[in-house]
Amino acid sequence: MDATKDSMNETAFRAEVAAWLARELKGEFACLRHRGGPGDEEAFPALRKDWERKLAEGGWVGASWPQEHGGRGLPLELQLAFHEEYVRAGGPGRMGHIGETLLAPTLIELGTPEQQRRFLPGIREGREFWCQGYSEPGAGSDLAAITTRCWQDGDVWRVQGQKVWTSLAHESDWIFVIARSTPGSVGREGLTFLLMPLDQPGIEIQPIRQMTGEAEFNAVFFDGAATDAGCIVGKPGEGWRVAMALLGFERGASTLGQQMHFVHEMQLVVDAAIAIGTAFDPAIRERIADAWIGLRALRHNALRMLAGNDGGVRPESLMYKYAWSNWHRDLGQLAMDVLGAAGDVRSDDDTVRRLQQVFFFSRADTIYAGTNEIQLNIIAERALAMPR
Amino acid sequence: MENALLLSDEQLALQDTAAAFLAEFANARKPRDEDASLWRRISELGWPAVQVPEDLGGLAMGAVELALLMEEMGRRLIRSPYFASVVLAQTALLEAGSAAARERFLPELASGEVSATLILAPGLVWAPDAIGIECRREGDGWVMNGEAAQVLDDGNAAMAFVAARTEDGIGLFHVSAHAAGVERSPLDVWDLTRPQCAWRFREVRLAADARIDAPGKLDAGLARTVSLAALQLAAEQVGGAAACLDMTVAYTKERVQFGRPVASFQAVKHRCAQMMVKLETARSAVRGVAASVARLQDADALACEVAVARVLASDAYRYCAQEAVQLHGGVGFTWEYDPQLHFKRAQWGSQWLGPASRWRERVATQLLDLA
Ligand SMILES: Cc1cc2nc3c(=O)[nH]c(=O)nc-3n(C[C@H](O)[C@H](O)[C@H](O)COP(=O)(O)OP(=O)(O)OC[C@H]3O[C@@H](n4cnc5c(N)ncnc54)[C@H](O)[C@@H]3O)c2cc1C
Repeated sequence: MDATKDSMNETAFRAEVAAWLARELKGEFACLRHRGGPGDEEAFPALRKDWERKLAEGGWVGASWPQEHGGRGLPLELQLAFHEEYVRAGGPGRMGHIGETLLAPTLIELGTPEQQRRFLPGIREGREFWCQGYSEPGAGSDLAAITTRCWQDGDVWRVQGQKVWTSLAHESDWIFVIARSTPGSVGREGLTFLLMPLDQPGIEIQPIRQMTGEAEFNAVFFDGAATDAGCIVGKPGEGWRVAMALLGFERGASTLGQQMHFVHEMQLVVDAAIAIGTAFDPAIRERIADAWIGLRALRHNALRMLAGNDGGVRPESLMYKYAWSNWHRDLGQLAMDVLGAAGDVRSDDDTVRRLQQVFFFSRADTIYAGTNEIQLNIIAERALAMPR
Repeated sequence: MENALLLSDEQLALQDTAAAFLAEFANARKPRDEDASLWRRISELGWPAVQVPEDLGGLAMGAVELALLMEEMGRRLIRSPYFASVVLAQTALLEAGSAAARERFLPELASGEVSATLILAPGLVWAPDAIGIECRREGDGWVMNGEAAQVLDDGNAAMAFVAARTEDGIGLFHVSAHAAGVERSPLDVWDLTRPQCAWRFREVRLAADARIDAPGKLDAGLARTVSLAALQLAAEQVGGAAACLDMTVAYTKERVQFGRPVASFQAVKHRCAQMMVKLETARSAVRGVAASVARLQDADALACEVAVARVLASDAYRYCAQEAVQLHGGVGFTWEYDPQLHFKRAQWGSQWLGPASRWRERVATQLLDLA
């Protein structure tokens, strides 16, 4: 391939994204710039949903999906370019990422044509928001220990039990749930993957306050909640396979956009160090350099490990999630060390607030989507074939 | 649209050939007198020619191909003049040398007939103030005096390209190893896979054409040489780190204690997994930076990008070598087992072409002082 043509394509693409954002991310949306990211989820949720629809009109939701499913089939380099331009312009934290980057690729891979027709447009048009019902009080790292039950009841399937830590459930229209359909089954057998509307009498959502002060996640209670039989993905009893495919997307490209926000956070740390004067502390200088080095490496990791892989995680990309989440956690600590004692005080200053959010929220990065310890187990057992 | 981080079929083939060849001919544990035959074989494969332009007898490939070879050589701890002659000396000629000098030396260096080395400031950094060797004009030619305490040379380099102080600034000079007044003595080094010599210059008379830097290109050219060489050293370190991980996983799967393979203990698994994270991240960095160096003409931008590969690879190799020793237990401390060879190579590499701290400070300067 002609390298100059490639880079021209990319340049033109970047210009297109930047021009679109410059045109649209203003007026009523101006207050959203750099808002709503991790740790800041309570910022303008309704307006951020409007923004999702605006993004959708621009063709930027589901842009990585194949064209036959209404996407643009963007290759990874252009997805990266999109996210980078999005962050540069101050694009707000996304409300629709669970549907767009977790459920949709799973439906594209494993859903029926009817499910694809029924659910993909709602996601792509920014009309329907999704949340993920995996974890339970007794089943976190050991997801296969779930006890929430489901069964067929005439034309519908019903669910009984409880999910927990369900991000954005209170802002969502739908939830995908993994539940036990074979009574008495244990472990990975006998599970079923269901798509359920949240707005129904059998479902109750209770917010849970996080370390950050925000209530981004929830407990979700199911009491005979119903969904129609067409909403089972894969066959009943084969839900584990579907759940794992989705987890592959979650540990893979789904966080690309979030990671590009790291570039902005890194710059905030640099700006703060210069403004406060900690930039002259040799130990801080060294850590800032290390953080920048790590950030560049994450980008290289993304291009090498996620490319050409449609969600199924490659051996070397098993460590991808571990690498970025730990980098981010270190950045959070560095940010607070740059701020010094002033970091203790809640602030209206955009930079200080954002850095505090990074510090606190990044504690979660090494827990959700597989804790550090679980990621290391997976790397050792799958990538290095070490025995159990 | 192409993703520069993914290898082409040709690049994958080069990697496979190199891996197979080096597995067979690895010489770290063989007598030194067999080194020359390995170098001949490497030369027959054309590896010394990878980055040399076609019109000078080269293969005109890029930094990515060179990095693939370096990675494989690092994996097998190859002892050869490749690093000194190809990565250092050739690069200096390509980046800072005059057209005449390239035409004169690159064909023979590309064929592997002879090898060369490079002498800059101690530790092979580009720091003009730290250059101690002097060269004064005399008649048509030059006279060189001074010494380089540690030079990467197995004792067979036919020539060195030497950065020396002249009446009007630094120049790059070609000095034959056999010129009168050149004295070279092998050093007793810990890393036996990376031989070094001390070079002394006493009133060494050089012809007028011994000065080989292209007018106006010396400073930027040698700064760039150090960056490009540091990238290739990082590639070599990635290969070494990969070898450490592979041998550690293999050993811990075999070794039984408490009635089970020690590889089944989570404390051991997690250490290996962390080795892999560091290693693969460094490998991504090396690939990504190698794919972009041709476009990075600005010296500071290049140095900052190279710093990513350099710092991560150097750190990964030291970590992996240290853990390889640890997780082999007592045998890891023996001369007989390979972890010690990597441990020494990792330490060696962490100190040449600028230690990680120096590269971090370059990044910090760009981010914090010039913002
Ligand atoms: C901010 C946030 C958002 C989340 N959003 C969602 C969501 O939207 N939907 C959803 O379903 N879930 C969500 N989760 C839940 C998340 O997936 C779980 O918290 C995670 O899987 C860990 O489970 P746990 O909390 O039960 O911890 P546990 O599994 O109880 O782990 C406790 C500790 O033990 C360690 N441990 C456990 N097993 C092992 C082992 N085999 N070897 C070594 N160490 C082990 C863990 O690493 C951890 O350090 C979210 C969590 C957070 C923090």
